[in-house]
Amino acid sequence: MTDQTTTTPGSQAAAAGPVRQAHGPSPRDLAARTAAREPAPGQRPDRPAAADAESAEPAQVTGAQALVAALERLGVDVVFGIPGGAILPAYDPLFDSRSVRHILVRHEQGAGHAATGYAQATGRPGVCMATSGPGATNLVTPLADAYMDSVPVVAITGQVASGLIGTDGFQEADIAGITLPITKHNFLVTNADDIARTVAEAFHVASTGRPGPVLVDIAKDALQSKTTFRWPVPFDLPGYHPVIRPHSRQVREAARMMTTAKRPVLYVGGGVIKAGASRELRALAELTGMPVVTTLMGRGSFPSSHPQNVGMPGMHGTVAAVGALQKSDLLVALGARFDDRVTGKLDSFAPGAAVIHADIDPAEISKNRRADVPIVGDCREVITELLAAVQAEHEAGQRADLTAWWSQLDAWRRTYPLGYSEPDDGSLAPQYVIERIGQLVGPDAVYVAGVGQHQMWAAQFISHEHPGHWLNSGGLGTMGYAVPAAMGAKVGSPAAAVWAIDGDGCFQMTNQELATCAVEGIPIKVAVINNGNLGMVRQWQTLFYNERYSHTDLDKASAAATVPPDPAAAPGARTRLGTRIPDFVKLAEAYGCVGLRCEDAASVDSVIEEAMKIDDRPVVIDFVVHRDAMVWPMVPAGTSNDDLIVARNMAPDWDVTE
Amino acid sequence: MNSISPRLREPDPAASRHTLSVLVENKPGVLVRAAGLFSRRGFNIDSLAVGPTEHEEISRMTIVVNCADRPLEQVTKQLNKLINVLKIVELEPAVSVQRELLLVKVRADAESRSKVLETVALFRAKVVDVAQDAVTVEATGNRDKLDALIRVLEPFGIKELVQSGMVALGRGGKSITDRALRPLDRAAGAPAQ
Repeated sequence: MTDQTTTTPGSQAAAAGPVRQAHGPSPRDLAARTAAREPAPGQRPDRPAAADAESAEPAQVTGAQALVAALERLGVDVVFGIPGGAILPAYDPLFDSRSVRHILVRHEQGAGHAATGYAQATGRPGVCMATSGPGATNLVTPLADAYMDSVPVVAITGQVASGLIGTDGFQEADIAGITLPITKHNFLVTNADDIARTVAEAFHVASTGRPGPVLVDIAKDALQSKTTFRWPVPFDLPGYHPVIRPHSRQVREAARMMTTAKRPVLYVGGGVIKAGASRELRALAELTGMPVVTTLMGRGSFPSSHPQNVGMPGMHGTVAAVGALQKSDLLVALGARFDDRVTGKLDSFAPGAAVIHADIDPAEISKNRRADVPIVGDCREVITELLAAVQAEHEAGQRADLTAWWSQLDAWRRTYPLGYSEPDDGSLAPQYVIERIGQLVGPDAVYVAGVGQHQMWAAQFISHEHPGHWLNSGGLGTMGYAVPAAMGAKVGSPAAAVWAIDGDGCFQMTNQELATCAVEGIPIKVAVINNGNLGMVRQWQTLFYNERYSHTDLDKASAAATVPPDPAAAPGARTRLGTRIPDFVKLAEAYGCVGLRCEDAASVDSVIEEAMKIDDRPVVIDFVVHRDAMVWPMVPAGTSNDDLIVARNMAPDWDVTE
Repeated sequence: MNSISPRLREPDPAASRHTLSVLVENKPGVLVRAAGLFSRRGFNIDSLAVGPTEHEEISRMTIVVNCADRPLEQVTKQLNKLINVLKIVELEPAVSVQRELLLVKVRADAESRSKVLETVALFRAKVVDVAQDAVTVEATGNRDKLDALIRVLEPFGIKELVQSGMVALGRGGKSITDRALRPLDRAAGAPAQ
């Protein structure tokens, strides 16, 4: 499929010059270049990059050189991408850049998620690059993903020459039009003079205010024509003024409510991580004594192990976290957006609660749930000011008494802790695998999940202690996110162990990037939780579709071989586990990775420890697990949080006391 | 006849009409950004008019939406998030001048022409083209006036009708464009982080 984006595409492209053969470095050469990257003196001295012309005086350069020079000036150290016809002019100066490492991925979707993983792990904008047409459209999914999770990503795409735009030219796609609803902003650049400024604006827009992806589409002739490179370059963004500082009257009102409420909750989302406000959050939680719930995107903003953390709310939240929101009289939402996966049926969500909603994006406030006290601002600024305001209330003698509230929360926690049951046929419980990975690898590693059951278990059973160490696709729910995002995270945080926790369904969507990891020296770990099924979909079929498993079995052939001829005779007798097509161990080895397999609880620890010892190659572990494990608790889609089910056919007693 | 004059349909009782003046950068693609935002967020546009302003670099959209107050707040906030949007002002009918332009081709033979012309005069509209069997009438005004004119002309037979989106200006001496082009007091140059 990537052929069309990466190989010389027929006669029309001949006019665009030879594609990719220009320098023809083999993957090995690239690996060698990478290894010797840091200070690489004397690298191709015959080809001075624009960047070498320090900004003493404006330099005459091509648009492509201006692009690379701008990336260098912006501090970009890594670009994930694939060249092709229209972006080719940019790849020529990129070849010479000393500070920008280009990582050649195998599919543009991998480039996009890698940029996202890089950004989530480091807090700096991730950069991906692709050519026009199919190269650009392959970025659509990761851009939509980054948009939903507010991740600063800058995508740079080549576009056909400006004279050809609108003529259905070869590899032409209106990527600016296509990505309009899934980017924070995008640009089409047809003039070389605009390239440096636009790239600077793209980074500014992507990384300030509510972060998000920004696409810069550059026509090929703009890359090729001459311009003057100046730096720094003034922005032209008269309509962009994100509000950072909160309104002090709103903050005082919030503090007053927080010190008089009887059942307050800090409802914390990913915005706190993006604002770098974990320390401030902890201080606020400890000052007020309030319980904290951390959403899927907010895991790690407040330590899971902290006694005030009552867990993750939402569809698969803990009884204590869901109950805390439902029975609360004051929600203090910090960088959270009242997503339907958290609120359940909106009109029965937290019916008795007043709402303080702090977010940097004013459009999030009162979007789903009306806020009584709206606070627009950066979470770090907001929490810092809240701290002072709450302190002032305390000094004035106003302090909330949360004893009764905590005794209720503790009763929920004690009665309904997170848990799982071991399969009775002796096969491996997926929750156990994930729990052990978390315990053995520890909280300093970066965990990257795909989407589905394994994602929920990883959110629940791994102790998330630090911000930026839990990466997943929350809003869009992009299967295939984990492997490339882990790759990007490892590039951004090379010192950290990076573990992708992936499902066998997810893994098969993007595992080609294992080749990139092997060739570029990016030793990630991938734990494939292999139940041979699209597990979360299967769970819904079990619960809501009368166990009719329509097209969720990923290994039908071997299922047919092991299932009795009449499935109605003994439906429970099907004990086949995982999938062997493909054989993930062999697949890993084929990709130049180490492949390990684990099929029983006794060897889980030793396999994880073996993987932890390997640091020169990526490792894939095929954990063959029971396929009927389910994620609990669960709020069925479209129902009220009050209808939470703790385990199959079991509702919690909300009035339980100690 | 309602098919060519959809605005004569019954109004939604829960919603009310709001006129938004949106100042935007005069750049390609801005119209589609605004219009696309309405459709994908599920807001209905009653009418939309775009044109230049007294500042070369600013265009002005006048958008009429029919919605309740909460959705209106969302519309405004979402529009404000568009990078090219400079400023949004809601123009209340009582304190603004709101006008639409209507061109309507009415059947008018020798027998009915004088009655048509009489109606046109009553509405202070004017005839801008005459043919053997029809006249084309130009009228400006607020929506109620134009609705009334259409209703009165309908019995003669409306052959063709076109109308502009609404444009509006606040009453009084103030201008909403004054401070719209605040320069951003930062520049690139510092590393992104």
